[in-house]
Amino acid sequence: MSLPMSSPSPAPVGQPAWTIQRWTRTSAVCAGAAVPLLAVLFLGPLWLQAGTVDRLTTLFIYVILAVMWNALAGYAGLVSIGHQAFFGLGAYAMVRLADAGLGPYPALLLGAVLVALVAVPLAAFMLRLQGGEFAIGMWVVAALAHLCVNLDSLVQGETGTSMIALQQYAAGERRAYTYWAALAAMAGLCGAVFLLLRSKVGTAAQAIRDNETAAISIGVRVVAVKRLVFVLSAFGCALAGGLWLATSISFQPKTYFSVQWTAYMIFMVLVGGIGTMEGPILGALLFFAVETWWGGQGVAYLIGLGAVAMLFALFLPKGIWGAVQQRWDLHLLSAGYRVRAREAQSSPADSTRRCV
Amino acid sequence: MSALLDIGSVDAHHGQLPAVRSVSLQVHPGDILALVGANGAGKTTLLRTVAGAHRASSGTLRWDGEDITCLPAHQRVARGLALVPEGRRLFAGMTVRENLLVARAAGRRGPWTLDTVLGAFPQLQPKLHARAGELSGGQQQAVAIGRALMTNPRLLLLDEISLGLSPLAVQGVYDALRGVVGQGTPLVLVEQDLQRVQAVATRIVCMLEGRVVADAPAAELSRAQITAHYFGAQRPESARTVHHAGSPGEASADNLYKVAA
Amino acid sequence: MNLLNQIIQGLLLGGYYALLACGLSFMFGVMRIINLAHGSLAVVAAYLLWLLAEPMGWHPLLALLAVLPAMALLGWVLHRLVLERSARLGALVPLLATFGLASVIDNLLFQHFGADTRSLATAIGTLAYDSWELPGGIYVGQLPAMVLVFAVTLLGGLHAMLAHTALGRQIRAASEDADTARLVGVHTGAVFAAASAITMVTVTLAGASLAMRATFDPFSGPQQLIFAFEAVIIGGAGSLWGTLLGGVVLGVAQNLGAQVHPQGFLIAGHATFLAILLARLCASGALRSFFSTRRQPTP
Repeated sequence: MSLPMSSPSPAPVGQPAWTIQRWTRTSAVCAGAAVPLLAVLFLGPLWLQAGTVDRLTTLFIYVILAVMWNALAGYAGLVSIGHQAFFGLGAYAMVRLADAGLGPYPALLLGAVLVALVAVPLAAFMLRLQGGEFAIGMWVVAALAHLCVNLDSLVQGETGTSMIALQQYAAGERRAYTYWAALAAMAGLCGAVFLLLRSKVGTAAQAIRDNETAAISIGVRVVAVKRLVFVLSAFGCALAGGLWLATSISFQPKTYFSVQWTAYMIFMVLVGGIGTMEGPILGALLFFAVETWWGGQGVAYLIGLGAVAMLFALFLPKGIWGAVQQRWDLHLLSAGYRVRAREAQSSPADSTRRCV
Repeated sequence: MSALLDIGSVDAHHGQLPAVRSVSLQVHPGDILALVGANGAGKTTLLRTVAGAHRASSGTLRWDGEDITCLPAHQRVARGLALVPEGRRLFAGMTVRENLLVARAAGRRGPWTLDTVLGAFPQLQPKLHARAGELSGGQQQAVAIGRALMTNPRLLLLDEISLGLSPLAVQGVYDALRGVVGQGTPLVLVEQDLQRVQAVATRIVCMLEGRVVADAPAAELSRAQITAHYFGAQRPESARTVHHAGSPGEASADNLYKVAA
Repeated sequence: MNLLNQIIQGLLLGGYYALLACGLSFMFGVMRIINLAHGSLAVVAAYLLWLLAEPMGWHPLLALLAVLPAMALLGWVLHRLVLERSARLGALVPLLATFGLASVIDNLLFQHFGADTRSLATAIGTLAYDSWELPGGIYVGQLPAMVLVFAVTLLGGLHAMLAHTALGRQIRAASEDADTARLVGVHTGAVFAAASAITMVTVTLAGASLAMRATFDPFSGPQQLIFAFEAVIIGGAGSLWGTLLGGVVLGVAQNLGAQVHPQGFLIAGHATFLAILLARLCASGALRSFFSTRRQPTP
């Protein structure tokens, strides 16, 4: 059905009535500013205190977790309560590879790659589940992974083991290498997600999120897109797990496979803004701040986290950045398309419409 | 005679799209009002807004003098306003009997009980324990109307009850409706079949693009006039521009079909 | 004979799982919501019962009669505050909101009761370990048998309620098509709230079983949720009697797994769940189409 709507009077021959923009001025500035920011961060270990370097490393890991979980939930529409599986498996793979003789940092990367490879057949299986089934199904996978890792004699059940290989570096060196690894991982993953979202894959993912049936009907290869996002998020979480191991050195399965990690991811993404590029980063920063100030409160802190996440889910489901975006149309990292009418035309109502 | 239902300048939107624009209408006891218009004219949206399934963006709805604009749908049913939805919308997993009984939720007493409804639609007797999803189109329509009747309505809204039915089935449905009409219940009927409309209705309201363009006793509107309103060839010059070739008023056959699409 | 004994123990355990899972299945069938706080709510019921029975010395049955209406009310409140709202906001929000709720509940319990494991076993005297001896050295615990009977009765009761009562009809109508249900006069908000209250009654009974049969601590909730979910899925989501079957299959698999390895209990349960899920997906051809997608030429 349609109602006749007035359109602008025909443009001069050869010129389209609308232009498509990929960047806003703000986001172009922001993307440009990212490079010097990264450079400054890169120099961190050279002039910052040891404690600050550690804290920043933790922040980078949080950003990775938030961006990865958001990629799956916000862009592929899949809520997973089991991503701690990849976090734990990434750390476990690193332990195993280091034990086999590989250096700790190569083990970190290779371990994450191996976890990503495992995620491919897992995707074949899990992606056929919908909604709640997928969410808890992933939790079962995480529980099973935890149990299987416990069976490994190297890990000695819940007692765990340590990354002795890391002791070959002096504390300051180790701290710096881990910091740079985390920075590189964070920048790389954020960059990958950003480029992915700006590509055809990103548009497909958003079509799937908005209406999967409609997306299928126009030829979007839903399964391929979801699989790509799933494997990428598995890879990212595995890297994060390895990095966490690099900072804490000891590997206790219960810590790494705890559902608490997913709780953190959910908090960061819900509060920051699900389905946006800037949201998870903002959420990670907020979470980091909250943890720094209130983490010592123990159980009250955890109750607060859960309550805040619930309140956001119920009352502000788009998160802080979602609200900002809606209110002020602000984009710091443009992943979508904007339609602008040419000035010459007198069009009714909005002259710009966002198509993200 | 004061109006039973008073629709006052009601607007309704689907998202940003206006579907009902400033519609004002009154239904009096004894009316059989036919709502006519092309697909997309806003008839279904109007009925759903009146029934409470859709929220009015502005305007007021009065029922027996009471403002019901913000009243939830189930409470409107409790006051005697019932809708037979477009496409029947039966509870396919439940039996015919259960479909009819669930409508007792409104708790209204009146002439319509399970027995009297089955009396009005005898073809349902043998199908009483069949699942609603397994019935033929005509039988499903009978269940849908019967279900609305079980709420003992004071006004019955019927949305395209001949949709998708064979002519024989449609005849059956309208025969049964005669019984309802005999009870004195006013009806608002959305119907595409103009023959039926002119045979049954006491008043005809034509809608086009969300607005009421004609509202007159059935006797005063000729078939040709209704058709003209249906396709909008009689819109005043001050209306919006037509975006296809040809200026407004050019009543070529091509134009009429394009505009109404 | 040991195998038979293990199977029977698994069957009895399945009774508990069915009791635990029927609420989850019912909620999902009615509102299409999986309440991730389901397990944690069972633990809340267990703690409430423990609170009345242990420090305050009530008879467990009396405690149960007191806690049931309290939990039903809690279910109604939770529905109005959390579930109703989140169901309107799309498919993701109920998962996120109930996950947050579960986290809040678990940590609140930890804050109030500490980390100690508790049990109601001491309050029910010998019922905790009395059993009947059957020929062949098989022992059937009285309590587990009672739980199984209870589960079957509850499932039957729910089924009967849905099939034969006016409320049951309204619940089925509202779950099938809430919009049309409202158009025939059903107050869907109240109906769904009633369904939540009914669910909480089943959750309370499950919590009571957990407390009497075993031990629990503030963080037992998630584990119970996973068991309940596995039982529902194994038996086929949306089927009440399937939940009983699923619970039994899960219980038997776990018991057999425990014979193999100490960790085998949990591993066997999860593995069985995943295997059955995989089998069901294969049977529906879903995997076949997944693989054929990869061989399609890129457009």
